[in-house]
Amino acid sequence: MTTTHGPEWLRAETDEGRQELTDRRDTPPHELLRETGAVLRMSEAEAARLSEEPAASDETMIINMGPQHPSTHGVLRVMLELRGEEVLRSKPVIGYLHTGMEKTGEDLTYLQGPTNVTRMDYAAPFFNELVYCMAVEELIGLELPPRAVWMRMLLCELNRMSSHFLFQATNGMDIGAISMMLYGWRERDEILQVFEKITGLRMNHNFIRVGGVAADLPDGWEDDVLRMLDAFPPRLDEYDDLLTGQPIWRERTQDVGVITAEEAVALGATGPILRSTGVPWDLRRTMPYLAYDEVDFDVVVGSYGDAFDRYAIRLNEIRESMKIVRQCVERMPTGDYRVQDKKVTPPPRSRIDESMEALIHHFKLFTEGFKVPEGEVYTVVESPRGELGCYIVSDGGPRPYRMHIRGPSFVNLQTLPHMLRGGLVADAVAAISSVDPIMGEVDR
Amino acid sequence: MTDADPPAEHESVPEENVLPMRHGVPVTEERGVAVLFPTRERYVEVVRALYDEGFRFCADLTAVDYLTHPGRALPEGVEPERFEVVVQLLSHEDRTRCRVRVQIPHDDPVIPTLWPVHPGTEAPEREAFDMFGIRFDGHPDLTRILMPEDWDGYPLRKDYAVGRIPVQFKGVPPPR
Repeated sequence: MTTTHGPEWLRAETDEGRQELTDRRDTPPHELLRETGAVLRMSEAEAARLSEEPAASDETMIINMGPQHPSTHGVLRVMLELRGEEVLRSKPVIGYLHTGMEKTGEDLTYLQGPTNVTRMDYAAPFFNELVYCMAVEELIGLELPPRAVWMRMLLCELNRMSSHFLFQATNGMDIGAISMMLYGWRERDEILQVFEKITGLRMNHNFIRVGGVAADLPDGWEDDVLRMLDAFPPRLDEYDDLLTGQPIWRERTQDVGVITAEEAVALGATGPILRSTGVPWDLRRTMPYLAYDEVDFDVVVGSYGDAFDRYAIRLNEIRESMKIVRQCVERMPTGDYRVQDKKVTPPPRSRIDESMEALIHHFKLFTEGFKVPEGEVYTVVESPRGELGCYIVSDGGPRPYRMHIRGPSFVNLQTLPHMLRGGLVADAVAAISSVDPIMGEVDR
Repeated sequence: MTDADPPAEHESVPEENVLPMRHGVPVTEERGVAVLFPTRERYVEVVRALYDEGFRFCADLTAVDYLTHPGRALPEGVEPERFEVVVQLLSHEDRTRCRVRVQIPHDDPVIPTLWPVHPGTEAPEREAFDMFGIRFDGHPDLTRILMPEDWDGYPLRKDYAVGRIPVQFKGVPPPR
């Protein structure tokens, strides 16, 4: 493998090789500032004073939580500096799941691209496919048929539900409501079965393609979806009985992992974390894409910015998504499920046997791919975790010149040191869980 | 950007000025989003001015290596360089986005950090450093974030080959 070294000083002048949380004695003020005061707009001196509290450093110790800790959702490693049970400083260390998907994306055609990106946020694969396809479509300037738009919306909202059910399961398990785990997975599984019926796969669907979706909805899909929509509300009420009003649950989550609106905006947090601080920012409402401006739903907003708010927001977002899904079922337009543009979408199988032209298009699409006009574009969607962005630079060829995904989990993880500071180790578990990071998206 | 005559959409543009400018740097419009092209020296200043204008939220920061695609369209007066740092900003009040693109030469890949203005760029800047070897001057903790600590090279550079198992045939194209 050929490697490129930067200039020598580049390696020498950075503190490359120290990803870990350093000992308090070795931590310069500017690093303390990063961990504590940057968001609060403190000076270095103030930040240093903040860290002065524990005088002797043998009273504190640095321990690793993860990467194998079950409550870290995969391979998140959080280094904690503890004094007794109290968390003084913390630092997330990531990269254990890095597979170079952005590099891979530069080597795949636009047709193959969704297969790659769908594996990033594996709890919400449709959103990855959607944001990638929206970016490519914007570069080409494709106008989608209404059925494709509404199908995408239907699948995305079902996916938001399944992702939030997964959160309810893991969040419950982390905090100790073990039965919640079974319920959350049960509900999610029902949604995955519908996904299997529609797309053929339970995860990593590669169903949303450039120019529409891969196939039409199967017969009887309305019944499956409606049966689910009827079954879920009483179960969500059960969740409320089990968790929302329960004193132990409230003790464990309220006032834990608190973050203010200013901190959240400064740190780039989006999604339920930002909304839990009272900022009503939901891209579906504020900068609508697909047909979200035509459906009726509410943006759920919290007020305290704690773990309980984030739990409640996600629970109620399931209810809002169910509203949207019901509208999708009722108003699903008829017509094409993908653009009839021979240069972008492959011809149906039957046409290949009878039309030379269709055969040529099919061959060209799957060997060479389609060319996308030169330019750059940044598209965003509201994934269950926040603003999912895709930046594509095209050089006019059949492969993206640069494909970058802005993973909301990756950015949201920066809020962790602020949430954990001053809390207990047990609260750290609740706070990490409430950020709901998906490591596949963090590391990409 | 490819438009021959980009629309001058900002009221601060004087009539006689042919080249649209915003905060003293060239600006174009790409699919409804304003794209600013500051120099490295004016970069932080421009982002700070945009912050005061309402762009309080830094959505994304990434880099692009234009090694094999040098002929991209840039507004007049912007010298194309190998690297480009791309910042996506968002204004919650106006519900608008804008983009900042900064050119960075290959032999001196240094740019001031945005961290004092937007603390949320801490991790994305580390990622850009990790993947492209662009040094962010003033960053509090510039270490590799996704790759292992002892990794050699910067994987998303265009002259960094994707891993390939050597094939034992004659005439196989060399790994790119």
